[in-house]
Amino acid sequence: MKNSAGPRSLTVAPPPSPSQPLLWEESLEHGAHWSGILRRGTSLRLTAVEAGANVAAMLYNYESLLERYNMADTLKAQHTAFLTAGHACYSDMGRVLCSITADSCGWHDTLCGVSDASMVSGRYGATRFQEQRNDYRKNGRDSMLNELGKYGLGRRDLIANINFFSRVSVDDTGGLSFDAAHCRAGDYVDLRFEMHTLLVLATCQHPLDPSPHYQPRPVQLRAWVSGPAPERDPCRDRCGENGRGYRNTEMMFLA
Amino acid sequence: MSNAVGIPDTANMGALQRDEIIAAGEPWIGTVERGQVLRIVDLEGNQAVDTLFYNAHDTEERYSAADTIRAQGNIYLTTGSPLRSNLGASMLTIVEDTCGRHDTLGGACSAESNTVRYALEKRHMHSCRDNFLLALERYGRAMNKRDLPSNINFFMNVPVTSDGALRFADGISAAGRYVQMRAHMDVLVLISNCPQLNNPCNAYNPTPIRILIWAAG
Repeated sequence: MKNSAGPRSLTVAPPPSPSQPLLWEESLEHGAHWSGILRRGTSLRLTAVEAGANVAAMLYNYESLLERYNMADTLKAQHTAFLTAGHACYSDMGRVLCSITADSCGWHDTLCGVSDASMVSGRYGATRFQEQRNDYRKNGRDSMLNELGKYGLGRRDLIANINFFSRVSVDDTGGLSFDAAHCRAGDYVDLRFEMHTLLVLATCQHPLDPSPHYQPRPVQLRAWVSGPAPERDPCRDRCGENGRGYRNTEMMFLA
Repeated sequence: MSNAVGIPDTANMGALQRDEIIAAGEPWIGTVERGQVLRIVDLEGNQAVDTLFYNAHDTEERYSAADTIRAQGNIYLTTGSPLRSNLGASMLTIVEDTCGRHDTLGGACSAESNTVRYALEKRHMHSCRDNFLLALERYGRAMNKRDLPSNINFFMNVPVTSDGALRFADGISAAGRYVQMRAHMDVLVLISNCPQLNNPCNAYNPTPIRILIWAAG
């Protein structure tokens, strides 16, 4: 089932161009975890190198780690149960961590969380580094905890996350269905950071991925200087709620 | 310990331990021990009850909306729903539900989210997250905003459509409806009897609720 709400591919702000040289570029292996700081005015493109990618993401205000992505505030401000271009990703303080400025696949899940160790060993079999070296099977929760610990964060900071490239729709009875054909090779999503953000990523499989095989996919990261949301901007102008959310964010950066 | 879907669990309930009224807009914090049964009653109808659970002995383990939704494959909570922690454990199970379904996507209102959702001038209005924070401060376990993950909204109606729209709709609860849970571990329960006046979650008229706790049978 494809998104009936609108076009699959949507761009609301310029993608990286030759006039905007890349700040950096990095490959994330399948099953990898990663964290980094994205400053206000930086944009990041996540590209699915292979079909079927999933990138779990947790976001925190790098200047005050108590402020973090809030799934509920993001969804109810924009009257949506999924994320795509034109949406803002809200913190729990009424501010915008990042804007989604381009999206080739039309739907990113933020309801379903991440996999855990018992799920991964139960579905795919237990593995250890000793035998598998770096091909041992990773799970989303431990991957996140691994990165969070580097910033003094931990179990208290495991928030409801975003699963980029994954589509999970909800039927009339509330039942969830995972679309295994959703993410194609080359699909991308652009995030424009509106505050200094600690971004934590893991490329583990989506927890509802029904595949019997352990097969997380690699993604590519590319960052460039885009500037923050301009005065007239499709994400800001999407709804009155977002106008106030960007205003609240900009109050932190006026001095 | 958990029972079959739709079968009232009253046969395994012991003596009534607590019976309290929570006034409109007030927080409440208390402990439900393993095996005990917690009932929350919507006394006057359509009253959202924002609720969080913690492992009473290790509060870093707490209710997780994402783990709960993913594990049961459904966004709505009702009889038979295990309420799972951030470590994947079943903390409690809903054993009886005369309302029909409950929300866990809508989160708790806050001064800041009120400025976004309604108007900058709404910042001063009383909110669930202010209730949560004050209750945790009074409780004195050095818990703070890090300890406020996505919560449950008992009796609240947040329908999602197959094309991904989400809205706060008129409630499906009514006076006297209740939800009942059995605890599988000792849990700390944090409640905000929601004071929101700007959307239909409380029918624009917040009202009292009743909390009852029975001993294990």
